[in-house]
Amino acid sequence: MALKTKRSTRIAVTLLGWGIALWLFFPIFWMILTGFKSEVEAVSTPPKLVFMPTLSSYAEVFERASYWHFTFNTVIVSVGATVGALLLAIPAAYSMAFMPSKRTRGTLLWMLSTRMLPPVGVLVPIYLLARNTHLLDTRTGLGIVDMLTNLPIIVWMLFTFFREVPAPILEAGRMDGATRWQEMTMVLLPLALPGIASTALLSLILCWNEAFWSLNLTSSNAAPLTAFIASFSSPEGLFFGKLSAASTLAVAPILVFGWISQKQLVRGLTFGAVK
Amino acid sequence: MSRLKTVCALTLFLSGSVLSSAHAAGTLTIATVNNGDMIVMRQLSSEFEKAHPDIHLNWVTLEENVLRQRVTTDIAMKTGQFDVVTIGNYEVPIWAKQGWLTELKPDAAYDVNDILPSVRDALTSDGKLYALPFYAESIMTYYRKDLFQKAGLTMPADPTYDQIRQFADKITDKSGQVYGICLRGKPGWGENMAYVDSLANTYGAQWFDMSWKPLLTSDAWKKALTWYVSALKEDGPPGATSNGFNENLALFASGHCGIWIDSTVAGGLLFDPKQSQVADKVGFAPAPKGPYGKGPTWLWAWSLAVPVSSHQSADAQTFITWATSKEYVKLVADRKGWVVVPAGTRASTYAVPEYQKAAPFASFVLNAIKTADPNGQTAQPRPYTGAQFVGIPEFQAMGTQVGQTVAATLSGQMTVDQALASAQSSVTRSLRQSGRAR
Amino acid sequence: MQAVVEHSPAPGASARKGKGAGFLLLFPAVLILLVWSLVPLGMTLWYSLLNYNLVDPTLHGFAGFSNYWYLLTDPDFLHSLLNTFILVAGVLVISVGGGTLLAVLYDQEFFGRGIARVLVISPFFIMPTVSALLWKNLMLHPIYGVYSAMMRAVGLTPIDWLAQFPLLTVMMIVAWEWLPFAVLILLTAVQSLDSEQKEAARMDGAGPIAQFRHIILPHLGRAISVVVMIETIYLLTIFAEISVTTAGGPGVASTNLAYLIYSRALLQFDVGGGSAGGVVAIIIANIVAVFLVRSVARNLEV
Repeated sequence: MALKTKRSTRIAVTLLGWGIALWLFFPIFWMILTGFKSEVEAVSTPPKLVFMPTLSSYAEVFERASYWHFTFNTVIVSVGATVGALLLAIPAAYSMAFMPSKRTRGTLLWMLSTRMLPPVGVLVPIYLLARNTHLLDTRTGLGIVDMLTNLPIIVWMLFTFFREVPAPILEAGRMDGATRWQEMTMVLLPLALPGIASTALLSLILCWNEAFWSLNLTSSNAAPLTAFIASFSSPEGLFFGKLSAASTLAVAPILVFGWISQKQLVRGLTFGAVK
Repeated sequence: MSRLKTVCALTLFLSGSVLSSAHAAGTLTIATVNNGDMIVMRQLSSEFEKAHPDIHLNWVTLEENVLRQRVTTDIAMKTGQFDVVTIGNYEVPIWAKQGWLTELKPDAAYDVNDILPSVRDALTSDGKLYALPFYAESIMTYYRKDLFQKAGLTMPADPTYDQIRQFADKITDKSGQVYGICLRGKPGWGENMAYVDSLANTYGAQWFDMSWKPLLTSDAWKKALTWYVSALKEDGPPGATSNGFNENLALFASGHCGIWIDSTVAGGLLFDPKQSQVADKVGFAPAPKGPYGKGPTWLWAWSLAVPVSSHQSADAQTFITWATSKEYVKLVADRKGWVVVPAGTRASTYAVPEYQKAAPFASFVLNAIKTADPNGQTAQPRPYTGAQFVGIPEFQAMGTQVGQTVAATLSGQMTVDQALASAQSSVTRSLRQSGRAR
Repeated sequence: MQAVVEHSPAPGASARKGKGAGFLLLFPAVLILLVWSLVPLGMTLWYSLLNYNLVDPTLHGFAGFSNYWYLLTDPDFLHSLLNTFILVAGVLVISVGGGTLLAVLYDQEFFGRGIARVLVISPFFIMPTVSALLWKNLMLHPIYGVYSAMMRAVGLTPIDWLAQFPLLTVMMIVAWEWLPFAVLILLTAVQSLDSEQKEAARMDGAGPIAQFRHIILPHLGRAISVVVMIETIYLLTIFAEISVTTAGGPGVASTNLAYLIYSRALLQFDVGGGSAGGVVAIIIANIVAVFLVRSVARNLEV
């Protein structure tokens, strides 16, 4: 009896688990599928599941826009912003976690609150600043902005990881005469590496998908994939095929990257919940 | 600021990127919309680069709304990121007055007089030309000949809005997913308001009287909007509030619309069997007339202009002269076929027999654009120009808000009366804020 | 849980020794964020007091508080404020509620669990612009959309989602993007739950529901706080999804504060009015931050 219930439960769990997963993934699947349809087939009603796959939409997308240029910009900006933010955030989080003062809590919350304003509210000032420093339409300019928008969250995440490192381990290192620099690089970083890795992954994903600043602060030289999408979002005529192909191209690198690093991402996202 | 520079240097170092100067000598940055004709221009621009080896072209192709926002920000703040911008005849006179655009004096070979007079006038301010037209459009009616035949209907040579409504009723077949009429419903001053303004004009409605008093609650507006809402609700496709020009084009091309009243530029796309499933079934007629019958008529010219903030004005002018020349039209015809050449700008294009043969709608469009008159007479005298827009800077704000209100009547959130009252008050606010109405 | 006490930060010795060093390490990040937030803030404050319209330079000079007056008396403003909160709350409820249930589900052993997890998490990697375009055109379009085709197949009239339920639809699209994030974090937390604890509860005869209520849920408190914190930060400024799908309409049915400011500043080019909106948004952000401190941050033991 007990065994029977167990098996039926397991079947139910399997069905439910797969059902929900497929349902949530379906839009992405459909987007990839539609990218291989001809424009006329893409708007056929009812939608076709079986069709002659064609690369015509992809061919047109590549002909219209230099995909690699956009991808290159996105990669450079995302990686640059992430690395820059980590370099600023690691010392800050270290200081907050191991040398807290009365103001630590307030500082952290203030940092997080800077992230809550709608960017559009400060677009004109930022645009003018970028123009006057000749950072408009440069990867550097966009990288700095991306770095700054993500910095608060990165500091906070690192802070929670660092606090998981038992203080006695660091203390022991200091007894052996380690300097702060050594303490940070030789003892703390290796211990907190999984946390740093998932923070970096999260930051990469957020930078990759950032759409507002990248559209407004770049035009051609530094335009990333989000700008690439903006040129396909409603061209004249039938556009579902091209839109799907372009979208697939824009999300594919980060999606594949996300799948590969999924385990790592999960391992680090504990926020101190694992005790 | 020095802090910023340090960080910038740091990131620079880390990402290994090079601080790319936005203005390498001889590089023109061209901002344009992602419409079909512009895509062709971009593809063929390698010919221009071949002919001018010292000029390199850099393209920024964006969706219309995004482009307008980017270009306006750039030009108003005098950033100078763009050397060539794509704008319409709404912007040209306003921007010219503000001294943002370079005056253009094309040489004799360009043959300015070949440009259709109505289009040329729309790009001229105080007798000076500030932009060259890339393609131009007016408004017309497209319909499905096969559906009309099946229902035993014939499209009159000069249809009225009442007739259109009756036809739409008869050919609507919702179970077969054929909708009698498709019209723009997507909010935006360049989307639903472009159509609604044209409709309002021929119903005798207008935005303001001579003292800038908004007239949006007038009877004429009420009648026009009532027609629009009831036609779309009863005979229109579902999701009308998200349909702009492109969406309706896709609907008509995939056989879901019986009648569609919109820009003349759709002709080239609807008659192209590669892009349209109904290429052999499209009929066309003039835009319907309402009770007033007269009024200003739709004219839009996507044009190329050079901002004064460009550092390479001379090269930029060379480019826009090339892209709007007779030679360019011929180049498109040779490479892509006559049916897709940029329409509505040059009389010489329409004199070509091959074009008349390839594009059955050619003479019809020519006539529509020649007679298009954005300065046409409204029921009462008015202090502004423009048919499907009001030629004042505040119109983008007002058109955006009223466009949303109109969309809300389509989705049933407001009645026509409520919508017009709300439009009237928001327009009054905008005018007061800008100080035009005291 | 008891480990918390052990980890209470910074033993006295190092704290005393490291005051100067601590400040020095914190300094770069704080300074750059200060510059980043104060300089634009100052400029925004200044612009909000000016008549400043990009397309109408004839209009200039000091405006006093008229930009604020026009904003606060605009009926759209209250709407947008309300919509902002509905959006944030709705997505939080869906993603935290759904995320908790899914986290428990994907903690169970079943065939192909690894792949199923990857599929569930995938939407988080999709750009907001792309996911909005995807849902609008391929899924929910009343004529071509897959969902509409399904409804038609069973004899129903397809729903015109974006016209009839604009705010709800935007909420669903945003929730689709953020639910995976909640699952990701909550699943990690569920997995960290001691299996001995679960086993013991089962021995005591606790049913699955009792187990969920008394063992799993309390354990998730902290992870839920994390999800609420990070998601709130992003949800307050939702923009791309609205701009792509409904452009804030019909009417103002799906306009949130971020979109309202965008519309003022960049569709209508009224920088003065947009800046006034920006200042109001900044005030609201700080109120929310205080609120978060009270309710969420305490849970985070900051």
